[in-house]
Amino acid sequence: MPEITMRDALTQALREELARDESVFLMGEEVAEYQGAYKVTRGLLDEFGPKRIIDTPITELGFAGLGIGAAMAGLRPIVEFMTFNFSILATDQIINSAAKMLYMSGGQFKIPIVFRGPGGSAYQVSSQHSQALESWYAYFPGLKVVMPSTPADAKGLLKSAIRDDDPVIFIEQERMYGMKGDVPDDEDFIIPLGVADVKREGTDATIVARSLMVPVALKAAEELEKDGVSCEVIDPRTIRPLDLDTIIESVKKTNRVVIAEESHPFCGVGAEISAQIAERAFDYLDAPVKRVSGVDVPMPYAKNLEQLALPDFEKVIQAVREVSYL
Amino acid sequence: MSSQSTEQRKGTTGATGVLDAPSPKPQSNTLEEDRETLLTIFRQMLLIRRFEEKCAESYSLGKIGGFCHLYIGQEAVGVGAISALRPDDYVLTSYREHGQAIAKGISPDAVMAELYGKATGCSHGKGGSMHLFDAKLNFLGGHAIVGGQIPLATGVAFASKYKETDQVTVCFFGEAAVNQGAFHESLNMAQLWKLPCIYICENNKYGMGTSLERAMSLQNISEKACAYELESEYVDGMDVLAMRHATQRAVKRAREQSAPTLIEARTYRFMGHSMSDPGKYRTRAEIEKYQERDPIKLFTATLIENDVLTDKGIEEFEAYIKEEVEHAARFAEDSPEPEPEELYTNVYAGEW
Repeated sequence: MPEITMRDALTQALREELARDESVFLMGEEVAEYQGAYKVTRGLLDEFGPKRIIDTPITELGFAGLGIGAAMAGLRPIVEFMTFNFSILATDQIINSAAKMLYMSGGQFKIPIVFRGPGGSAYQVSSQHSQALESWYAYFPGLKVVMPSTPADAKGLLKSAIRDDDPVIFIEQERMYGMKGDVPDDEDFIIPLGVADVKREGTDATIVARSLMVPVALKAAEELEKDGVSCEVIDPRTIRPLDLDTIIESVKKTNRVVIAEESHPFCGVGAEISAQIAERAFDYLDAPVKRVSGVDVPMPYAKNLEQLALPDFEKVIQAVREVSYL
Repeated sequence: MSSQSTEQRKGTTGATGVLDAPSPKPQSNTLEEDRETLLTIFRQMLLIRRFEEKCAESYSLGKIGGFCHLYIGQEAVGVGAISALRPDDYVLTSYREHGQAIAKGISPDAVMAELYGKATGCSHGKGGSMHLFDAKLNFLGGHAIVGGQIPLATGVAFASKYKETDQVTVCFFGEAAVNQGAFHESLNMAQLWKLPCIYICENNKYGMGTSLERAMSLQNISEKACAYELESEYVDGMDVLAMRHATQRAVKRAREQSAPTLIEARTYRFMGHSMSDPGKYRTRAEIEKYQERDPIKLFTATLIENDVLTDKGIEEFEAYIKEEVEHAARFAEDSPEPEPEELYTNVYAGEW
């Protein structure tokens, strides 16, 4: 299996799905001639031409809505946001149109569209360019939300998202584009949405982590192993639909849970997972569920402050120790 | 650039434009349509008027819930424009869409049942007054965020071009939507990419209770198209044939050249913004002034003048339509509510 970057894995997924289905097209800012602001769409214009790889003006609400309209009329758009920060301008269309169209039309109009691009924390770009928005989108029934943590997952999940008949929010971690991993080059390699992956098996504590926090959690687990604490690391991969069964099964085994996330803690995905664990597995818990989240402040610019604002493996280790009463 | 003369594109300055013309007659007085077409248009306008009157009655009886925005006064816009389309052309619109849904071919039964929240409604009771849909008729909805349908319609037109069909898309919206970014973003992309989309602004002069004068710096909406190099014109929205002809010109442009058009239809709503609107922002005298140019009254006069319709003929239409509307109300009343299980269906297309 070739070892490639997450960036290249995503490009592979796009290329394969564009080749597989004529109704798939890709649009966004700088996706074509510039080859992608983060080079995820590199080479696609040459291969598929300007009809299917479309540079848009900077008009997020407009092209998000245009994509949704095209989906209503039978196409399968992939809309790239240069970063998910800019998707905030498009939320009216994503939430009020994409998420609700099937329901309010009584099942007549499905919206097979993928909104993808980098999200989460970035390097020293301050508050407007460094934030995690998954809990916003995951809040809405009708949307699916996917956050891969490995190159292979990125490829398999993106292919599934493109083939999916529902609107999918696909958030790629900006800091992870260069991360390498083994990726099947099989064109039929897909990973179903809504299935969590146990990234590491363990018996003493469960760490639920997504996106950038998965490698952080794995590093923490490695360190804790040295002290004789065996951690299970679960990556939901899809935030909505959320594979709670896998999480609950793990909790029943380990009885201790830490949730690691980059996002703000308040009303976050970790808060939801914590509530679900309390509702479904309270009697199995030997300690309160502990969240390790981004700090509840806008992201600062200064390097030292930025580091303080983000969770890291030491904070995860500390949290596991707390729930283990060590 | 627009092929319209500057004067034509600019229209009269100010909000009311052609509606302030002294003549109560419609702009178009030569009839190029055949009798059947003319009578179909007449029947649709009258049906929509009577349907909406029935809606007002049912709403006051508590049979229709939520918001209910009536089309009374604006019938010529929807009927005239849609009469210029092929059945496979697309229509998207706002929340004031009962009339356009009926003009596109959704049965009054299915529309009324939707308003009553019944399983037999055109959106199976899940959309209500503001979200009427019919996939088979290419009626792609009532949308209830002001201007939200404009990017969607642009995308539907994009899909037609992508698939190389010659279908055109008509997008209706009120004049208040013109102040939304969605309008400007869409027109820019439509002209940039030459999309077969016809944007029809129904300028009824009020965004809820705020008059155009209080909300828009440049009130000549058709003129705004020049910012995006779109073809545009303003039309007497009380004149159903003028609406039809303007739309025909735009359809030709869209179908043959894949080019978008902005049409500003100057019209007026005779009822409140919604059923809960006390209407204190305008005078009775103002409403009566516009009612002199009631689109149905104008078209009736034209048809009688041209020997297409007689008083007796009108009576027959009235009687038939009365029964059609009563039937719709009975159908809605007698239809079942959606099954409780329907609460959970149609959230996602696939299982999950």
